[in-house]
Amino acid sequence: MKTVRIGAGLGFYGDSWRPVRASIERGGVQYIASDHLSELTLAILQKDRQKGTASAPPAGYARDCVPMLAELWPLAAKHGVKFVLNAGGLNPEGARHAIAKTFRDKGWQAKIATVTGDSVLERIDELRAAGEALAHMDSGADIASVRDRMLFANAYLGAQPIAEALAQGADIVLTGRVADAALTLGPLAHEFGWRWDDWDRLAAGLTLGHLLECSGQGSGGNFGSAGEWAKVPDYAHLGYPIAEVSADGSALFTKPPGTGGRVSFDTIRQQLLYEVHDPHAYYSPDVVLDMGTLKFDDVGNDRVRVSGASGAARPNTLKIVAGYQDGWMGTGMIGFAWPEAYAKCEKSAEIIQTLVSERGWALEDTNVEYIGYNSLLGANADPTYRDQLNECFLRMTIRTRDKRIADGFGRLFPWLGLSGPPYVGSLKGVQPAKELLGIWPTLVKRELVEKNLKIEIETI
Amino acid sequence: MKVALWRIAHARSGDKADRADIGLFAYDAETYAVLKREVTRERLAAHFAGFNTGPVELWPLDNILALKIVLNGALQGGAARSLRMDNLGKNVAAQLLRMEIEAPQDLPRMKPVK
Repeated sequence: MKTVRIGAGLGFYGDSWRPVRASIERGGVQYIASDHLSELTLAILQKDRQKGTASAPPAGYARDCVPMLAELWPLAAKHGVKFVLNAGGLNPEGARHAIAKTFRDKGWQAKIATVTGDSVLERIDELRAAGEALAHMDSGADIASVRDRMLFANAYLGAQPIAEALAQGADIVLTGRVADAALTLGPLAHEFGWRWDDWDRLAAGLTLGHLLECSGQGSGGNFGSAGEWAKVPDYAHLGYPIAEVSADGSALFTKPPGTGGRVSFDTIRQQLLYEVHDPHAYYSPDVVLDMGTLKFDDVGNDRVRVSGASGAARPNTLKIVAGYQDGWMGTGMIGFAWPEAYAKCEKSAEIIQTLVSERGWALEDTNVEYIGYNSLLGANADPTYRDQLNECFLRMTIRTRDKRIADGFGRLFPWLGLSGPPYVGSLKGVQPAKELLGIWPTLVKRELVEKNLKIEIETI
Repeated sequence: MKVALWRIAHARSGDKADRADIGLFAYDAETYAVLKREVTRERLAAHFAGFNTGPVELWPLDNILALKIVLNGALQGGAARSLRMDNLGKNVAAQLLRMEIEAPQDLPRMKPVK
């Protein structure tokens, strides 16, 4: 009986591809599904596109796909492994050209496809003229309020163009924004010839794609728990997850032999619900998944059987996520040792607040955190030992419309070293203003986006 | 007796725009029944008061012994405009594991108090 093995590639732009080698060498995978784009990554790529220099020309794609393929392709070609990646970001063709150049320089052969049509930044007016309000999905706010500050706007495409590119013989498929799980569903639908209205099978593929899309989080990484995390073996060599899928969509979820990490009922159910809203209606461009009927059978030795997905018809809309400029963040930090480490941080915050108000700076928001006490747990930090801390760091951040204020804020802090409370550390320079971005999620009729879909294949 | 969730459950959190979402998982079926009864939207709203500004949503998933929790309005508008150290809400699950509920003291896989 035919099975298809798909392995996780990266889980974000900047993730490590070192573990992918084991999946190709020992995991028997036929595909690597590599997710380079978090909700925020397009914002980073937009800045990259704006700020190119002579030595690093503007790219707009996730640059790590080039060295990743340069390192892994000889091994992948030997094992007949194909890559599906959304590393194209805002410029899939640019990514293709960069990879093609590398392959030509090395004398390698491959068919590289790009899927484009997801970017709608230049089409906002056209879409509105076609009757799409593009109002904020949650608040209902009018897009006019952010239109002139918008930096990117991309629709989440589905798995169909990926399957189509594979059907045309592509060895590497580069996309821009697609639903993360489409990187897995595309190859599965192509291999098994699933119909695009076979909702249960598509839902099964979506489930597996979701379990694979965060690399190590699907195989024991970031296992949120007290104590249990310490039982995950060999983090240093943690293997990325692999799904061995049957034609009916059921799968054995595992990882390459001889690697660290853990695939178990506990670790993969954490990934199943990760960044999910209503688990009975998990939307994708291809199908709506109900997670309530899934069955996970832990059969031991890092293997879990996954079955029982149920799907409902795909939505008539696609989700767009746009990003807009939303002010500037200024940051200041200073640390103190015992005695009264926390009290000295608190006093410093008070001094800084005084300096800010004397300058009359217009701030939209101020955030005061104490690293070593509450910077990660917030109001749920336990104050029992607050006044006996060995050391504590004050971190203050502000939001302002004025970049100069954001830059100036950090410069208030070094002065405290000689003129503030004693036993000070962390005077390691001043942090410059950081641009902040608002996220604008909205919906659009799918045919208005899909009419611009384009698949191109370059043979090297 | 009062039991903190970290002794009987595990959890992971993530972000989508201004929403922080948490998966809370019982180690066994008996504990799951307790979580389902005791971890209510009202108690969650109280535990996250001062952190979350929007409504709390909650779905039980009997098939994987889990509760799915969504805090609508917990991330200062979203990770890319948040001023917090934990802009991605990765530690919201740790915050939840500090919540205390009423639970029997003989649950099968209860961890000892540290």
